[in-house]
Amino acid sequence: MLAVNHLSISFGGVKAVRDVSFSVAEGQVHAVIGPNGAGKTTMFNLLSGVYKPSSGEILFRGENVASMPPEQLARRGMSRTFQNLQVCMNMSAIENVMVGAHLKLNQGMFQAMCRLPGLRRRDAACREEAARLMDFVGAGAYVGAHASQMPYGALKRLEIARALAASPAMLLLDEPAAGLNNTETGEIEKLIRKIADSGVTVLLVEHDMKLVTSISDRILVMDHGSRLADGTPLEVCANPEVIAAYLGASVTAGVMQ
Amino acid sequence: MLAQFLQFLFSGITMGLTYVLAALGFSIIYNASGVINFAQGEFIMLGGMATVALTALGLPLPAAIAVAVGIAVSAGLLVQKLAIERARNASVVSLIIITIGASLVIRGLVQVALGKDSHALKAFSGDAPLTLLGATLLPQNLWVVALSAAVVAGLSWFFGRTLTGKAMLATSHNRLAANLVGINTRNILLLAFGLAAALGSVAGIMVAPITYTSYDIGVMFGLKGFVAAVLGGLGNSAGAVLGGLLLGIAEAMTAGYISSSYKDAMPFVLILLVLFFMPRGLLGANVTERV
Amino acid sequence: MKTLFSHGAGLAILAAVLLAVPLMTSNAFYLDLAIRIAINAIVAIGLNLLIGYAGQISLGHAGFLGIGAYSSAVLTTHFGFPPLLAMLAGAAAVAALAFLVARPILKLKGHYLAMATLGLGIIISIVIANEAGYTGGPDGMPVPALTVMGREVTGDATWYALVALLLIIVAWAAQNLIDAPAGRALQAIHGSEVAARVAGIDVAGSKVKIFVLSAVLASLMGSLTAHYVGFLTPGQAGFFHSIELMTMVVVGGMASVFGSIVGAALLTLLPQALSAFEGWETVVFGAILMITMIFLPAGLVPALRLRFAKGGR
Repeated sequence: MLAVNHLSISFGGVKAVRDVSFSVAEGQVHAVIGPNGAGKTTMFNLLSGVYKPSSGEILFRGENVASMPPEQLARRGMSRTFQNLQVCMNMSAIENVMVGAHLKLNQGMFQAMCRLPGLRRRDAACREEAARLMDFVGAGAYVGAHASQMPYGALKRLEIARALAASPAMLLLDEPAAGLNNTETGEIEKLIRKIADSGVTVLLVEHDMKLVTSISDRILVMDHGSRLADGTPLEVCANPEVIAAYLGASVTAGVMQ
Repeated sequence: MLAQFLQFLFSGITMGLTYVLAALGFSIIYNASGVINFAQGEFIMLGGMATVALTALGLPLPAAIAVAVGIAVSAGLLVQKLAIERARNASVVSLIIITIGASLVIRGLVQVALGKDSHALKAFSGDAPLTLLGATLLPQNLWVVALSAAVVAGLSWFFGRTLTGKAMLATSHNRLAANLVGINTRNILLLAFGLAAALGSVAGIMVAPITYTSYDIGVMFGLKGFVAAVLGGLGNSAGAVLGGLLLGIAEAMTAGYISSSYKDAMPFVLILLVLFFMPRGLLGANVTERV
Repeated sequence: MKTLFSHGAGLAILAAVLLAVPLMTSNAFYLDLAIRIAINAIVAIGLNLLIGYAGQISLGHAGFLGIGAYSSAVLTTHFGFPPLLAMLAGAAAVAALAFLVARPILKLKGHYLAMATLGLGIIISIVIANEAGYTGGPDGMPVPALTVMGREVTGDATWYALVALLLIIVAWAAQNLIDAPAGRALQAIHGSEVAARVAGIDVAGSKVKIFVLSAVLASLMGSLTAHYVGFLTPGQAGFFHSIELMTMVVVGGMASVFGSIVGAALLTLLPQALSAFEGWETVVFGAILMITMIFLPAGLVPALRLRFAKGGR
């Protein structure tokens, strides 16, 4: 599904990502972890087209998408959420999700103004699908609400619903559990499982080690912009370099059971 | 040839220094509160007009100047207290309209009180022209340079050496953090507005003997001061100085060599060019948006 | 967005009001006011799509209006163009100019965007004021009457019918746009540009389209105003007029088509009401601006909506 080859980017003098290579197989849940400043979110921004790499290639479904802007990546089946929520607080919850489906309802401004027939039907269908997605992610209670009225945890799910509205082949989740308590994190874990089971490939950046180890098929560990390790949770947790750089002994012990 | 060029240069520097003070006023308020104060131009107007009115009433010039600056500062404090403080979390557009509303109120009051005529203020130390390298200089031009230099020096001392000045800088970098270390940010904001108004009024007063002053000069002055601030880098004091001088000189050169009727368009052509090619201004920092 | 009435009902009410006005009064003064309100409302609706929905800023919109107005005046007077052709030529010029500057300008945000649009508007008004040979300069110039296929459009009744019809059409088209995915895309751009991009929306392209659209609308209305009033001054393109237009949108209600109409009505009627204040108009106008923006930052119509929504429980 995704193959990253020798990807690098520098900001001024800072090499945020150095020569990273890894691949993600279809239908898998692949996590990217590492201490703060390791370059995880930068990597995400590179993959989702927000940044252009200095060198290297990103092969998404066989095509090199390294310099493509996010709009084109969306067209190719990639979707993402954001670490610092990027919910449109000026719109209602359901409208936010409907925005995610924008590409499916392809229609220009001038056609919109003339109100060509069929629009009402398609809009109603889109609305229903958005409501279904909000249920799917567990934010069904907020279907009638405005984004500004929703609590943080619900907004995180809303972003996921919006990303799913495009029926993506691959979903990038940027710290989906950030700011959530243990119960909410457990629910997010179940949600990610549901999403992966429905056939969507998931790539996530996360700090919560319990979530990462229980849900991922593979883990990429980054440190100071480079790849430190890439393997199954057991392999990664047993890797002495990773332990030295990042994991605590108690968590490793927990996973070994 | 050289004489003519120098003539334009001197006139450009004179006007440019007014823009410097106006730009500094914009920067100080912007730094302290994130607000672009469209009423800045009216402080400039208030300085000149109030001084004219007070001297006409019989006050000696130094006293008139002091009172005029005081009036402008009061206006600045009122704008902050009555308007900006209440519009705490307003959007950019709302704040722009509020300060424009404030500028209309100030301009309207001056129009009602002092009429629509233009006035000239008497030069501080006479009209006897001096010559420098073939170009004519009025003593007032020298006053402008001297006063501006004094003001800029005063501001650097204030921001660099006094506790209050540093507190203002701290507020501009991070208001919450400044609050947490005990800085009274509300007073800082008041101070910022008062300071900006003082700067503006001084600019208006010192240039009033050279250009005529009337109730409606505030708009163009304010806009050009804003252009100078953005030109140099919004919020950057050195940028304000650079921007103001560049703007004044560019304007004078346009008036002299290209067309005097289009001289007013030059600042805005400049700002479009800067915004298209160097949006952070000449000395501004490059910021990338973090997602 | 909670609405008081469904969009269809709102348009019906607008149509009813527009029909009622000439029935209630044949006084030329009131009809003239109504015509001016309708023209301003159309410009305000276009501007609202840009600043209320798409979340951009334009402090120079009167510049586009001025180009339309002066194109009509100059091309008919000095070059013998038929009025409709002159109007289209003006609109085409504005479309070209707006298209040219839109991409670089709309890359900017906040105060920088405000400054750029401001600069553009002022440059336009200075050019108009300076080219006195064509435009009559600061003293202004007369404008011949509008002729459609050889017949003159004169009389308040005819003008009213024309602008009322245009207003209904523009309001309807705007509502359609807002209800459609393209309208949601605009609001998404306002909410979070990066989220919109990631959803596949062509943010830069959409901003350009809506900028050009609102500019062309202003240009066409500028042309109509020129013919209607019969006389033009450079003030039409000036900074103050740009502020008035933006105020109509912001005070009436951002992101609200009916808010724009209410705002246009208020800002057109206000100078009339203020003329009683003799010299204090500027002060009162400024005070009203400040008070409205401080206490009703979302504008009048959204504030009323909220009040009625609460009352309805």
